[in-house]
Amino acid sequence: MRYGRGPEVLKDLTFELERGSFHFVTGPSGAGKSSLLKLIYLAAKPTKGLVHLFGQDISRLAVKDQPFLRRRIGVVFQEFRLLEHLSAFDNAALPLRIAGGRPESYRDDVAELLAWVGLRHRMHAMPATLAGGEKQRLAIARAVVNRPDILLADEPTGNVDHEMAMRIFRLFVELNRLGTTILIATHDQDLVARSGRPVLHLEGGRMVRHGVQDEAQP
Amino acid sequence: MSEMFDAARWKPAPFLPEADARDGALIFVVAVLSFLACLMALAFVSADRAAHGWAQQLVGEATVIVRPKGGESPDAAAARAAETLAGVPGVSEARALEREKAYDLIRPWLGDVTDLEDLPVPRLVTVELDRRNTPSAATLDQALKAQGLDGVVDDHSLWLKDITRAAWAARWLGGGVFLLIAGAAAAVIAFATRAGLTARRDVVEVLHLAGAEHALIAKLFQARFARIAAVGGTAGALTAAAVGATLRMAGGGEGLTPALPIAWSDLLVLLPCPVAAALVAALAARFTADSMIRDLQ
Ligand SMILES: Nc1ncnc2c1ncn2[C@@H]1O[C@H](COP(=O)(O)OP(=O)(O)O)[C@@H](O)[C@H]1O
Ligand SMILES: [Mg+2]
Repeated sequence: MRYGRGPEVLKDLTFELERGSFHFVTGPSGAGKSSLLKLIYLAAKPTKGLVHLFGQDISRLAVKDQPFLRRRIGVVFQEFRLLEHLSAFDNAALPLRIAGGRPESYRDDVAELLAWVGLRHRMHAMPATLAGGEKQRLAIARAVVNRPDILLADEPTGNVDHEMAMRIFRLFVELNRLGTTILIATHDQDLVARSGRPVLHLEGGRMVRHGVQDEAQP
Repeated sequence: MSEMFDAARWKPAPFLPEADARDGALIFVVAVLSFLACLMALAFVSADRAAHGWAQQLVGEATVIVRPKGGESPDAAAARAAETLAGVPGVSEARALEREKAYDLIRPWLGDVTDLEDLPVPRLVTVELDRRNTPSAATLDQALKAQGLDGVVDDHSLWLKDITRAAWAARWLGGGVFLLIAGAAAAVIAFATRAGLTARRDVVEVLHLAGAEHALIAKLFQARFARIAAVGGTAGALTAAAVGATLRMAGGGEGLTPALPIAWSDLLVLLPCPVAAALVAALAARFTADSMIRDLQ
């Protein structure tokens, strides 16, 4: 794929993620990790090739069907993309509201989830008043609140301390156990090594390694 | 104060920010442009009425100058002429001007002569014409000739041609300027809406990526900007109405001047303004949202 008339930022990628799998995407900055996720969450189209998701070629999906597919994808954006005019609670509840959920039906779930990510006392807070780590956790809560079939997270532990990173990781593992396919872009080698999960390693837009990373490797 | 979640206190907030500092600027721009467009609409309506009024007055009457012939006295000739003219179809009334009035008319030229009786002073006959079935000057002329009267008919057609041309010009000029201003207002409202929406691109993107349908996003922004423009349009129309009302009152019963007579009913032309502004903004918001969403695909 490419941005506008720029160069191809991802080339010759072929891989398949099993339903219910858990992968990391690693690689140096600018390798194309975020771009790869964009292809999957329908924010970019491949110049060539196919992207299959849930058994459909999403690069050729009719426009009217895209919103419904997007509701099955949870995304944690690198820059969070919280809505500044909504409280933490309303931000987290956004996907449920968009999907047409009734407030009474999701209210308790959202409150519970926010408590789980450590925002029990910040539910009415506006994003501008949240610390970086709190925003990160809110972004994660929003991404997982509607139990997506696949969760894409771009550097989800970039702004939190080690303890919170492990906590977030455990949340992902929990979701994964419930059946969510997980793909996390990160350069947190420590997290990747400890997880023992398979890795897609990108460099310069190409996949150079694919498999479980040996803990002994740097 | 605790930030603990309180279900009783919580109500889902609208997807779009309720109010925004930027809205103030947009409301102001819409209000100013609506005001100008409304003033032009008032000017156009009253110019149209004025032009119509001038022409109507002239069309409705004619003047006949009767010169006494032979031994007939001027008064007798005028009376006979009035009678003759009253009989012509399409004449609703014909009246000989009284002698005193005729003298009054010529006194400025002749001075205060005492022996006016001796002069063959022409008499004037004013003729009121039926507006739907106006007889021509030639018809009146023939009727007089048939009775052996020497008269010159002035049906004001010379004036009428000029007046009609002036009225026509006033109407087209007023209408043209109104359309220009209204068009400019619409364009600026559209651009301002576009700018306002572009500033909220983040909201569009997040809603889009969270799986909101395009119709929902477009509707949100459409309603939002329509409301802002309606407020601005109402403010502009009300200000213009206030100006119109002031002119109406300053002008007394007949309007400020014969040139720009404003009637209370003219203010009704301002009614569609808020709706028009809202419609333009809604359309602009819809187009902008659509193109933004297309960009995201
Ligand atoms: N919005 C964009 N417009 C143009 N180029 C971009 C954009 N985002 C990323 N790129 C380029 O694409 C390449 C891959 O970037 P990215 O996917 O963000 O890498 P990573 O997430 O691994 O750091 C880089 O060369 C980057 O400069
Ligand atoms: Mg990145």
